[in-house]
Amino acid sequence: MTADHPRPPPRRRFLALGRNELKGLFWQVLVVGIAVGVVAFLWSNTVTNLSARRITTGFAFLGREAGMPIADSLLAYNPRDTYLWAFVVGIANTLRVAVIGIVLATILGTLVGISRLSANWLLSRLAAVYVETLRDIPLLLQLLFWYVLMQALPAARAAWRPVEGVFLSNRGLILPAIPFGPPQLWVLGTAVLGLAVFYVIRRWLIAQQMRDGRPRPAWPFALGLVVAVPAAVSLVLGVSWTIEWPELRGFNFVGGLTLAPEYFALLIALVTYTSAFIAEIVRSGIQSVPRGQWDAANALGLRRSFMLRQIILPQALRVIVPPMTSQYLNLTKNSSLAVAIGYQDVVSVANTTLNQTGQAIEAIALIMAVFLTISLSISFFMNWYNARIALVER
Amino acid sequence: MTAITDIPDAPRAARRPQIGNPVLRWLRTNLFSSIPNGILTVVLLALLAKGIFSFVQWGIANAVWLTPANDSSACRAVRGLGACWAIIPEKYRFILFGTYPFDEQWRPALAVLLFIALYYLSTRRALWRRELVYLWIGALALISVLMWGGVFGLSFVSQDRWGGLPVTLILATFGLAFGFPLGILVALGRRSKLPAIRSLSVLYVELIRGVPLVSLLFMASVMFPLFMPAGFNIDKLLRAQIAIILFAGAYLAEVIRGGLQAVPRGQYEAADALGLSYWRKHRLIVLPQAIRHVIPPLVNTFIAFFKDTSLVLIIGIFDLLTTAKTAIIDPAWQQFSVEVYIFVAAIYFVFCFAMSRYSRSLETTTPK
Repeated sequence: MTADHPRPPPRRRFLALGRNELKGLFWQVLVVGIAVGVVAFLWSNTVTNLSARRITTGFAFLGREAGMPIADSLLAYNPRDTYLWAFVVGIANTLRVAVIGIVLATILGTLVGISRLSANWLLSRLAAVYVETLRDIPLLLQLLFWYVLMQALPAARAAWRPVEGVFLSNRGLILPAIPFGPPQLWVLGTAVLGLAVFYVIRRWLIAQQMRDGRPRPAWPFALGLVVAVPAAVSLVLGVSWTIEWPELRGFNFVGGLTLAPEYFALLIALVTYTSAFIAEIVRSGIQSVPRGQWDAANALGLRRSFMLRQIILPQALRVIVPPMTSQYLNLTKNSSLAVAIGYQDVVSVANTTLNQTGQAIEAIALIMAVFLTISLSISFFMNWYNARIALVER
Repeated sequence: MTAITDIPDAPRAARRPQIGNPVLRWLRTNLFSSIPNGILTVVLLALLAKGIFSFVQWGIANAVWLTPANDSSACRAVRGLGACWAIIPEKYRFILFGTYPFDEQWRPALAVLLFIALYYLSTRRALWRRELVYLWIGALALISVLMWGGVFGLSFVSQDRWGGLPVTLILATFGLAFGFPLGILVALGRRSKLPAIRSLSVLYVELIRGVPLVSLLFMASVMFPLFMPAGFNIDKLLRAQIAIILFAGAYLAEVIRGGLQAVPRGQYEAADALGLSYWRKHRLIVLPQAIRHVIPPLVNTFIAFFKDTSLVLIIGIFDLLTTAKTAIIDPAWQQFSVEVYIFVAAIYFVFCFAMSRYSRSLETTTPK
C-alpha cells in the first residue's frame, strides 16, 4: 500500500512463458494437439480395422434390402424394403412414443403436482408417495416390470374389458377408433388453420383492450373458427365420423386401434416415470409465486379462474418451463430403452442394422443425427416459448 | 380437488377458536374442510383400502414364503392368487453376486459394505477435507483387491465372473470418481477465455448430452474394438465403465458450471489481485465455493446416474438388473418375475431414497 513497500521478487512463471497470451496459446495448441492426435489415432485404427474386415464405409448400404422384421409400425413396411425406409419407420416409431408420451406426461405430471399441494392431506400424501416411488427406481426396471405385467395378461379370448369396446389382453390395448383418411384430414386441417387465425385475432383483441381497457370476448371467434367452419367443411364433404368398434374374431381382434404390448408398456413406463419429475417441477413452480401475489389478486376481487390464469400461472410458468424442457429431452432420449423390450424405435433399428451389416460408424452417426435433431427442435421450441413468457421488465 | 394449501383462501383453521377434540379438528381441517373435499377423501379412502386389501391378499395372505430347494410346485399352485416370495431365498445369491464363485461370495459382500461405509462417510460434513480424497482412493483400492484377488492368498477372480450389486456399485462409484474430476476440467474449459479449449468443451458436452446413453453404450461395446489397434482389446466391463465416465463427465460439467457462475466476480478478482496462478486460484478460491453451491443438484445427478447404470443390461453386462432378469430365465421360476423385480426395485429404492433424503436435508441446512 505504501510507496516504499519492497516489491516481491518476481516469481518464476510456468515454463517461463510470462506473457498471458503466449501461455494461452501454448495451452490451446497443447489441448487441440492432443485432441487431434487422439482422433487421428482412432481414425487410422478404424480405417485399418474396417479394411481388414472388408467393410466399406459410407451410406451406400442404406439402399440395400433391410430384411429385418418390424412388427409394430405407423408407416407401411415390409422386410423387403431398404435400410433407409427401415430407419424412417424407426424414426416414426420414436416420434410416436415421444410425442404422445410428452403430452400424457405433462397432463399427468401437472395433475400430480397440483395434488401434492392439495389441502386434502390424504391426496397430497398419496401424490408424494407416487413421486418418491417412481423417481427412485430405474426406468429400465419399471419398463421391464410393465412389460412382464403386459405379457401376463389373459389371451385375446379372455381379454379384460374395463369399458365397453376397450380390450386389454396379451395382444395389447385395443381401443375403438375412427378410421382416418384424407377426408378426415381435410377437416382436421381446417380446424388447425382456424386455430392459427383465431390466435392472430385474439392478439389483436388484446391489443385493442390494452388501448381502451374495454374487454372484448374472444370465444365467439374460437367457436366459429375452430368448431363451426370445420363442421361445415365436414358436412359439405360428407365425411363419416362413425366409430369403429373392435371385435373378437377367432384368436385376434378386428377393427379399432391396437396399441401393441411393447408400445403400451413403453408408453406407460415413460409417462409415469417422467410425470413424477414433472410433478415436482410444477409444484416448485407454483410454490415459487410469492404469497403476496395471491393476496393482491384476492384483494382486487378477481375470480379464482381469472386469478390463476392471469396472475399465478404466468409467473409460475417462468420457473416451470426451463426444467420442463430438459424433462422432455429426457423422455425422448429414454424412449431408446425400447430396445430392451423389442419395440423397434430408431435405436433398435440401428442396432439391428449394425449387427447385420457391420456398419457401426454409420449406424451410430444416424442415431446421433436423429437425436441431436430432435433435441435441438425441442430446445428451440421451448426456448421460443420461454422467451415469450419470460418476465418483461417495463 | 385442486384447492391449494399455500394460498390465503385455503382453510384457516389456525385462526378459528381451538375447541373440541384435537383429532377431530385435524380430520376436519385436513380431510373434510369442504363437501367436495370430504367426498374426495371418502373416494380415495375406498380406493386405497381396495388397493391395500388386494396387495395384502396377494403379497402376504396367499403368498408362498419358502419352498424346498429348486421346487416351485407350491408357488405354481397359487399362481395368480398369491406372490411367490420363495423365489428370493432361492435365487438371492445369484441376484446379488451373479456368477462370482459361490464360496468366495463373502468378498463381493464385503465390497458392498465398504461401498456403503464410503458413501456414509462422504455425507459427513466434518469429513469434507482433503483426507476424504485419500479415503476414497484407499477404499477403492481395497475393493479392487477384494474383487480381483490374486494377492494375500485370495484366489484370482476374473471380471467376467463379477455380477449383481457390486457391479452396479462399481459402475456408479468409479463413474463418479473419474467423472467428477473430468466434469470439473470440462466446466472450467467451457468458461475458459481460450476459444479452442472452450469450443472443444462445448462440443464434448453437447454431443454426449444430445444422444441417449444407450447409444453411447452400444458404441462402447461395438465400436470400441474398431477404434483400437488390431489385437488390442479391453474387457467389456471396462469399456462400459469408460462410456459411463464420459457420460457422467458431461452431465456433471453442466452442474459444476452452474456453480462456477454463482461465484461472485469479486472472488476471481481478489484471487487475481493476490497473484495466484490459474490453477491455484481455482483450487483454493473458486471451486470450493462453486461446488458448495451446487451440492443438492450434484446429489440429484448422482441419483439419476446410479439409476442409469442399469442400462448396461442392454449390452449384456451383469449388473443387478441383469442378474435379476437372468435369474428368472430358469423355466421352473419363469412365471415369478414380478416378485424378483419388486425385490430388486426395493434395493435400488433404498439407495436412491437415502440419497434424495440426504439431498433434501442439505438444501435446508447448507449455510449460504
